[in-house]
Amino acid sequence: MSRSEVSQGGALLKAVGVGKRFGGLRALHDVSLVLGEGTITGLIGPNGAGKTTFFNVLTGIYKPDAGTVHFSGEPLPVGRPHAVATRGIARTFQNIRLFSNMTVLENVMVGRHVRTHAGVLGAVFKTAATCREEAAIAASARGLLDYVGIAGQAQRIAGTLSYGDQRRLEIARALATEPKLLALDEPAAGMNATERTQLADLVRRVRDDGTAILLIEHDVKWVARLCDRITVLDYGERIAEGSPQEVLAHPKVIEAYLGRGAA
Amino acid sequence: MNARSRFINWGAAVLVLALPFATHALLGQGWVRILDFALLYVLLALGLNIVVGYAGLLDLGYVAFFAVGAYCYALFASPQFDLHWPLWVLLPMGALLAACFGVLLGTPTLGLRGDYLAIVTLGFGEIIRIFLNNLNAPVNITNGPQGVSLIDPLHVGPWFLEKTYHVGGIEIPLVINIYFLFLVAVGLAIRLSQRLEGSRIGRAWAAIREDELAAASMGLNTRNLKLLAFAMGATFGGVSGGLFAGFQGFVSPESFTLQESVMILCMVVLGGMGNIAGVVLGAVLLSVLPEALRGLGGLQEFLFGKVWVDPSNLRLLVFGIALVLMMLLRPEGLLPARARQREFHESQ
Ligand SMILES: Nc1ncnc2c1ncn2[C@@H]1O[C@H](COP(=O)(O)OP(=O)(O)OP(=O)(O)O)[C@@H](O)[C@H]1O
Ligand SMILES: [Mg+2]
Repeated sequence: MSRSEVSQGGALLKAVGVGKRFGGLRALHDVSLVLGEGTITGLIGPNGAGKTTFFNVLTGIYKPDAGTVHFSGEPLPVGRPHAVATRGIARTFQNIRLFSNMTVLENVMVGRHVRTHAGVLGAVFKTAATCREEAAIAASARGLLDYVGIAGQAQRIAGTLSYGDQRRLEIARALATEPKLLALDEPAAGMNATERTQLADLVRRVRDDGTAILLIEHDVKWVARLCDRITVLDYGERIAEGSPQEVLAHPKVIEAYLGRGAA
Repeated sequence: MNARSRFINWGAAVLVLALPFATHALLGQGWVRILDFALLYVLLALGLNIVVGYAGLLDLGYVAFFAVGAYCYALFASPQFDLHWPLWVLLPMGALLAACFGVLLGTPTLGLRGDYLAIVTLGFGEIIRIFLNNLNAPVNITNGPQGVSLIDPLHVGPWFLEKTYHVGGIEIPLVINIYFLFLVAVGLAIRLSQRLEGSRIGRAWAAIREDELAAASMGLNTRNLKLLAFAMGATFGGVSGGLFAGFQGFVSPESFTLQESVMILCMVVLGGMGNIAGVVLGAVLLSVLPEALRGLGGLQEFLFGKVWVDPSNLRLLVFGIALVLMMLLRPEGLLPARARQREFHESQ
């Protein structure tokens, strides 16, 4: 995996000067991030650095106070999560947000909603087209469960899955929307070493299948091995950006992680 | 389907078909009328179930759509404007009009949830009723508090429901004709609910109910889907309103009070939100039970030789106690939907 892939692929996501305040708290200030197609990009930083806030701005859950975000060359809708998903950004959540009383399969089928069309009339009259679409939705949902490795759990209730499987399910549900960019908020949290390795394999596979990845993670070593580029946030500001080696050697990053004086 | 469940289905069908005749023979006209109203309530509860049970939106003004449907029928099939449009025009029209009102109610409430949503919808229900009450001046449209009377009786093609038919020696009076008409409507409503529930749209509603933010992040247009739920639920209300107006021959704003909305909501909640069988059971129980409790007067006389407590007060008391007990012992409803049952047991 060469670092020059970033320049080869066009910029898929380009956030410039993003700012977000909560009252007096400056959660994000002048954050810029460029992400190329076919890459895995890490977003790291200490607790409360603003990583999740950046995700929320990106996916339309928060409206930024400043800055612009372009996706595939066009401005990204602001403050409209469903429109962002339609444009091709799907995400997972730091605190897993599955439809926990629905089955595993149904969760992924909901993800297909945005790429399918059947309406009320189709449902009420059970037209041939609707039945065909419904079958296709179920089939591709099963395919995705297989892809993330939880096909055997399809009929279980989502909330009863193990922690690791819930994280996988969230990824499958996000992939069901056919995203061009998959944003993962601490996907490895709470996983053991084996699960982390499997997750890294899955993330690479998704990237190889043509979906760029932006991921938040606290385990710096794990991120460094997985990512092509890393952006580091601290107190809402970007303090470093570059290849894993560059970033981890950066004095400001060492300072942020180990405390002042360590650099 | 195995033999056992086929047997149960056939049994249920025979029971439902024979019920009005048996009731008529044993208990008289009045009780068949109660059954007719029970079916009407089933229709209403199924409609509210789409909003509350499927999409998870608390609606305390549902009776407004019932009112819209009823007045739509009443005004276009009565001497009020000397219009006498047929049922097959007025029912779809009432449904459509109610759906429009559903969107009208839904639009300002989109950002609201839970208690706040309940309060706004409650207000909406009252506004409609007050409008109906006051739309008699300067131009008389609704005839105000007097209501609209002499509404054309229901007839479906050559089937005049107010006539008494005799089929093979069996008498079929108005109340039984109505029973079968309403039964058809309920059958269609159940079918419709089932199909919606199992569809792409129903799944999207369930997702919004479970986690609205996650649903939106998966690309679900929560605004449109919620409006759709309000509109679909309202159509059931509109149709039952039309049937009600044609059956009663008279409508007035008094029939559409908050108490009715609360009652319909109780039916949905008590039966089991989101589960069709539960909602049907809830509606039948809550519409028949208060009538059955009228017998408490006779029971007192039998036991104590004297009526101690006025049965009309006592029956509301017993009814209230039954509801409270129910909510304590089985908060998820009598026949809860799978998902709802889990929600309740999760939090315990
Ligand atoms: N909705 C909100 N209202 C007020 N403050 C918020 C809100 N969301 C986030 N914050 C604050 O913004 C700051 C950044 O939070 P954020 O969740 O983005 O951090 P993070 O980098 O994801 O941290 P962690 O690693 O702990 O997940 C924190 O101080 C947080 O308390
Ligand atoms: Mg976070």
